[in-house]
Amino acid sequence: MIPAPFEYAVAESAEHALELLAESGDDAKLLAGGHSLLPMMKLRLAVPSVLIDIGPLTELAYIRTDGDDLVIGATTRHADVAGSERVRSEAPLLAYSAAQVGDPQIRHRGTIGGSLAHADPAADLPMALTALGGSVELMSPSGIRTVSADDFFAGYFETSLEPGELLSAVRVPRQPGADWGYQKFVRRANDWAIVGVAAVSGRVALANMGPTPVRAWAAEQALADGAGPAEAAELAADGTEPGEDIHADRAFRQHLARVLTRRALEHQRG
Amino acid sequence: MKVRLTVNGQDRSDDVEPRLLLVHYLRQHLGLRAANVGCDTTSCGACTVLLNGKSVKSCTVLTVQATGQDVTTAEGLAAEGDLHPVQRAFRAEHGLQCGFCTPGMVMAATGLLAENPHPTEKEVRAGLEGNFCRCTGYHNIVRAVLTAADAMASPSRADSGSPAIPTSTESAQ
Amino acid sequence: MAASFGDAGQFDPALFDGCEAVVTRTIENQRVAPAPMETRAAAAAWGKDPGKDPGKDGRLTAWIPNQGAQGTRAVMASMLGIDPALVRIITPDVGGAFGAKFGADPEHGLVCWVARQLGRPARWAETRAENMVAMTHGRAQRQTITIGGRRDGTVLAYRLEILQDSGAYPKFGAILPSLTILMTPGPYAFPRAEAAAVSVVTNTTPVGAYRGAGRPEATAAVERAIDLFAAEIGMDPADVRRKNLLPAFTEPHTTAFGAVYDSGDYTTALDRALAAAGYQDLREEQAKRRANGGAVQLGIGLASYVEITGGGSEAGRPQENATVEVHPDGSATILTGTSPHGQGHSTVWAMLASEELGIPVGKITVKWGDTDLIPQGGGTGGSRSLQQGGAAVQQASQELLEEARQRAAGELEANAADLVFDVGSSAFTVAGDPDASVPLARLAETERLFVRSVFSAPGATFPFGAHVAVVEVDTETGKVVLRRMVTVDDAGTLVNPLLAEGQRHGGIAQGAAQAFLEEVVYDADGNPLTTTFADYPFLSATEVPSFELADMATPTTYNPLGAKGIGEAGTIGATPAVQNAVVDAVSHLGVRHIDMPTSPQRVWRALNESRDAR
Repeated sequence: MIPAPFEYAVAESAEHALELLAESGDDAKLLAGGHSLLPMMKLRLAVPSVLIDIGPLTELAYIRTDGDDLVIGATTRHADVAGSERVRSEAPLLAYSAAQVGDPQIRHRGTIGGSLAHADPAADLPMALTALGGSVELMSPSGIRTVSADDFFAGYFETSLEPGELLSAVRVPRQPGADWGYQKFVRRANDWAIVGVAAVSGRVALANMGPTPVRAWAAEQALADGAGPAEAAELAADGTEPGEDIHADRAFRQHLARVLTRRALEHQRG
Repeated sequence: MKVRLTVNGQDRSDDVEPRLLLVHYLRQHLGLRAANVGCDTTSCGACTVLLNGKSVKSCTVLTVQATGQDVTTAEGLAAEGDLHPVQRAFRAEHGLQCGFCTPGMVMAATGLLAENPHPTEKEVRAGLEGNFCRCTGYHNIVRAVLTAADAMASPSRADSGSPAIPTSTESAQ
Repeated sequence: MAASFGDAGQFDPALFDGCEAVVTRTIENQRVAPAPMETRAAAAAWGKDPGKDPGKDGRLTAWIPNQGAQGTRAVMASMLGIDPALVRIITPDVGGAFGAKFGADPEHGLVCWVARQLGRPARWAETRAENMVAMTHGRAQRQTITIGGRRDGTVLAYRLEILQDSGAYPKFGAILPSLTILMTPGPYAFPRAEAAAVSVVTNTTPVGAYRGAGRPEATAAVERAIDLFAAEIGMDPADVRRKNLLPAFTEPHTTAFGAVYDSGDYTTALDRALAAAGYQDLREEQAKRRANGGAVQLGIGLASYVEITGGGSEAGRPQENATVEVHPDGSATILTGTSPHGQGHSTVWAMLASEELGIPVGKITVKWGDTDLIPQGGGTGGSRSLQQGGAAVQQASQELLEEARQRAAGELEANAADLVFDVGSSAFTVAGDPDASVPLARLAETERLFVRSVFSAPGATFPFGAHVAVVEVDTETGKVVLRRMVTVDDAGTLVNPLLAEGQRHGGIAQGAAQAFLEEVVYDADGNPLTTTFADYPFLSATEVPSFELADMATPTTYNPLGAKGIGEAGTIGATPAVQNAVVDAVSHLGVRHIDMPTSPQRVWRALNESRDAR
């Protein structure tokens, strides 16, 4: 219940955060909303020796357009993404996804950057970003590099963030009017998805079907070849090796992936 | 680590360990025991307070993160010793039994109504999905929130008007 | 290690002779966690210096959230090997209990022991993870049910065989099946029924009392059996129930299992619940959806139940004490042996006294949970408090009036028989002489005016009811959504309807949660897997609807209030109603049974199995 002791520093700017990261070494973690990190620290599953707080940085909390993209600062809260008129009209799947995270209290604190960097394959936003074909901006002393969602999530709670890098922003294509669907299968309201599906513009991403968000490649190919939702969805679980837990074994997860993909392709949201 | 925050309208200055959770600061350092600890996994919401007017789970906020900010706990809801409409509604509608979840529930409800002053029953239930109760089955909690919404919408009608859902016995006629 | 109740070896092999249809099934009443919002805690201090320490003269003072300070004191004294007179237990606010906070656990004893060893006060509170593993669990019965009868719906025989998992230390868990067996036939007039149980220890958390404590298991078994039988003979489960329910009775009815039901009208309860639910409309809606063959199907589940409340206290008999005192300033104090933790005894006991004494409720203080103040009491559990504790308050108030009457006669120099007590003014007056009057409070001025009374009930009472659950089952994903819960919970006279409803709501939610959501899971090596509120599917407000409670009140003659117990009734009816509803939703696809909780995976597997079987 009580985290292990750590040193705490408040970053005064994104650059300052990078400096602190460099000074503190591998055992340092960035703190934004803390609603992925602090629960793990309270269970002592994470024991960073240094926390660098970027939560107060207004320079990292914004929602703006940049050409064909929406750009969202990393410390933007889920509630603000969910409630943003701009996001709702230009990337409604993302707004919807942010509204599914946890519960209202969690959404008041958790941030989009924090959630993506945490990279829980059962979470909403990694799946949403993957479906949208979005990307993340990773800031380091040498500048900013952009990594696509497909490349960013490397494994179970693992990303391609290098030591000393900070996820500074999230980019998604602006697609007002694009049809989209979203399915989050849970037993209780604020659970993580047993299986999740997000579908938009011919892309289908699955949550909790592997160590990272998974693209349903076979289903996407079928769609591209002209198949309808039902036909394409039959292939949604192809190539997946989902884990098993108390909620679902492999067969059931794969079944859910197919059913929920069909529904997402039919633009159902639930 | 030095912190300076406003709690229930009062300025507080303290020197705390960075790992001190806000809920423990409130309960142990300030003696404000309304917020309770009911779980270890940010699930139950018994610790809910308002941070700058927004509901948060104080078990998952470090005290140092709250520096420079405004915290409201259940103890700070009532103006001049009078009950806040949400508190009054919980009492009138029997929206509590053992009371352990109640301060968190009241704070979550207050935060909910600040963002959505006229929620439907469905929106109330969704709005409270981060607050667990074992005693009431949620029925009267939902009634209380809807009653409070009515009362806050038109203070002169505070004691009249029925909530959007019937009493359980009415609906079974 | 095993304990047995009844004897399966004595089962009559011919029990089901003559039955046109017999169904048998082994079903699970799964292990659940009481999970009160407040975990367990304790504080203890020993004192040697009077006036300096909380305890005095080397006594232990312990603050322990519990369901009865007096019971806790007895256990604590025994644990520490000291005279109970040296132990003072104070019950602070309790954040929920549901049967799991009776007496004292080893941890409580340890806190007291540590305080003594260190010579300093000690305090402890467990984490939720500790609570999920170390607080007693509930239910955990494997049940083999066999039911047989005629194709016209008449049940001729019913057999219940129980395997109780009592967890690592038998304690109360091993005895639970005896309560289950007591309630084997439920509200039905089965001509023949038999039951037996074996309790075993396993390397898991001990099982103990959890809202209903053995009786929900009996109802869940027989209600599942009735539905299995109905499905076997192709009859509406409501009709099968009607055919077999005991006819209404007002004189005590003794069952073959030795339970003496005080009063009951089970058919009316069922009819009322069905009417309130709009049963025919629901069946029509169900038929329509089946014809359309859509993914989301409607299920309607029934449960008729009777349950035993107020069966006995620490004194062995169903009784409770209350002390009522009127003060010269016009206020009153009530000392009760019950131990409320959300049930509202402060309100109701004050109401009961106020109705007798004419003292405003706002001037009446109710106290409990301090063994120095109230050395005897049965606590709160088993739905006993109103029918025994409330009756005791009423009785004590009436006896106090009789004592006061004698004093008033002296004051007014009149015959006691000529005095009239006016509740409205809380004063005695000489009949026919309104100026000759004395307020009740004045009679406490020269000498304290109080009465301690013990109310003894002739026995346990048997509330009953019927629940109708309406669920939607998504046949593609197995997901269950609870749409409606319509209940009749007849617990006799309702002294405070608002509080009674609250008890029904809470019970219904916990009962429903067991049916479709909650379970404690261990892996094959005995490691607990559901040790947090993230893993254990504790239900939130979005998983349940608002409940529809219909009225019915069949008084009991066992206490002057006419009240039976209501605390556990909701749980007992809701669990089988919801489980039956889920099975009903997919019965047209050949499914006959789904174990609890009816998780999406279980539903999906059941659908696959029946599809493969067709």
